Amino acid sequence: MSTLQSLDITRRSATTSPSPSVRETEEVAKLIDISKCIGCKACQAACYEWNDLRDEIGVNVGSYQNPPDLTENTWTLMRFSEVEPQDGKLEWLIRKDGCMHCADPGCLKACPAPGAIVQYANGIVDFISENCIGCGYCVKGCPFNIPRISQKDQKAYKCTLCSDRVSVGLEPACAKACPTQAISFGTKADMVDLAQTRLVDLNERGYDKAGLYDPPGVGGTHVMYVLQHADRPELYSGLPKDPKISPLVEAWKGAAKPIALIGLGLTALFGFFHYVTAGPNEVDETDEEQAKKTIDGPDQKRDVR
Amino acid sequence: MIERKHGTVGRYTPGARVNHWLNAIILILLALSGMSLFHPALFFLSDLFGGGTWTRILHPWLGLALLVTFAGLFLRFWRYNLWERGDSLWMQHIGDVVTQREENLPEVGRYNAGQKILFWGMTILILVLAASGIVMWDTRFGQYFTIEQKRVAAVVHATAAVLTIGLWIIHVYAAIWVKGTVRAMTQGSVTGGWAWKHHRKWLREEVAKEPR
Repeated sequence: MSTLQSLDITRRSATTSPSPSVRETEEVAKLIDISKCIGCKACQAACYEWNDLRDEIGVNVGSYQNPPDLTENTWTLMRFSEVEPQDGKLEWLIRKDGCMHCADPGCLKACPAPGAIVQYANGIVDFISENCIGCGYCVKGCPFNIPRISQKDQKAYKCTLCSDRVSVGLEPACAKACPTQAISFGTKADMVDLAQTRLVDLNERGYDKAGLYDPPGVGGTHVMYVLQHADRPELYSGLPKDPKISPLVEAWKGAAKPIALIGLGLTALFGFFHYVTAGPNEVDETDEEQAKKTIDGPDQKRDVR
Repeated sequence: MIERKHGTVGRYTPGARVNHWLNAIILILLALSGMSLFHPALFFLSDLFGGGTWTRILHPWLGLALLVTFAGLFLRFWRYNLWERGDSLWMQHIGDVVTQREENLPEVGRYNAGQKILFWGMTILILVLAASGIVMWDTRFGQYFTIEQKRVAAVVHATAAVLTIGLWIIHVYAAIWVKGTVRAMTQGSVTGGWAWKHHRKWLREEVAKEPR
């Protein structure tokens, strides 16, 4: 994607000064109600259509999941899992995987290229591909294993939450295509409210552990799930229970940066001040004389030049 | 090699000097390109390499080149950098070194303890940088490592790189501070007085090798 004039920017990768942010923007969110999903993959097809992408024709890997994983062309993927949350009670859980648009985006924090990843004021985290240098740091930063590097151009790709549609007042293509309204789109506050009504419903139907997945470890997300088994998100093809930016990434892209620069700066400064106080370490005449004696040996009379 | 006519002592052959300066140039290019990807305030350095993408492409290849040049330096100098008893004594008197009370120091051979620490420090750090760098080299080796391994590699690589640059600053400063040092690497020889003052044992050994 490229930057969209009508969307203000809250955060920009590898940038420390404020980004354009004059407008008051409401945060948006996509709510994916897994209890309503029938696994038809209309969302996946709509994503390919709107973004004009096609993935390779794959092979059957033993489930309806196809392709087997997210790719640079597949920005959203229906993940199918058959689980027994209780003994003898089989459930088919189908999760629409893709970028969660974290409020605290690990990809953006890890990115070294200024402006290659932006977070719009509405909460969408977008890759600005022309600024992407293809280093793969976003892959290391993401707690959900979402970004994929294209083999074709070595640039990172992922779901844009249809920032280009949202910027002109449209809903994301996947939400538009969903035949059961398992995918809703609106302001984050409205989506949280909608989820609450759904949870009441699910609780009545016996899903007493149903809940909203809006993980606080990443500051909340702008793609949220209604889960029947919110106490065990791992059931949904390994959705992380308490996702956080890896402490390794926090250290590498947080404290390490100022400590390293200050440390190296001080080392150089220390050298400079040592020089101007202790002075240069110079060889004097006695050293040269001693050296001459050593080199010429005790029998100096033979040294006739 | 003693050059009695000029009162100088040969320290580095032309081959060693070329090897050293190739290594130095590559190390500086690596530091500049690496720093540009490490801190946003230094991203402008990537312009020296043709932009961010070119920096990302070139950096690992420069790293491989450094492995080759450093291997050359290692093979040339490792035997002179083996730790000896006098080195520990010299390190105990590091305060006398920086305050120039050299009369308190033991006689030093071809390299002093500080130089040996630099040598072994660089050796270890460059190996660590190479190993972690391979793990981070996504376009070539990305498929062989897990994301978690790449995260560890990134932290290790950054830490080792900062330590390497720190050692490099100390190395450069020492060469500037100790007058008469740089000519060893630019002309190949040092004055007798320099050898006497800083590497007396080495001077005696060189003289003993070539008696008149």
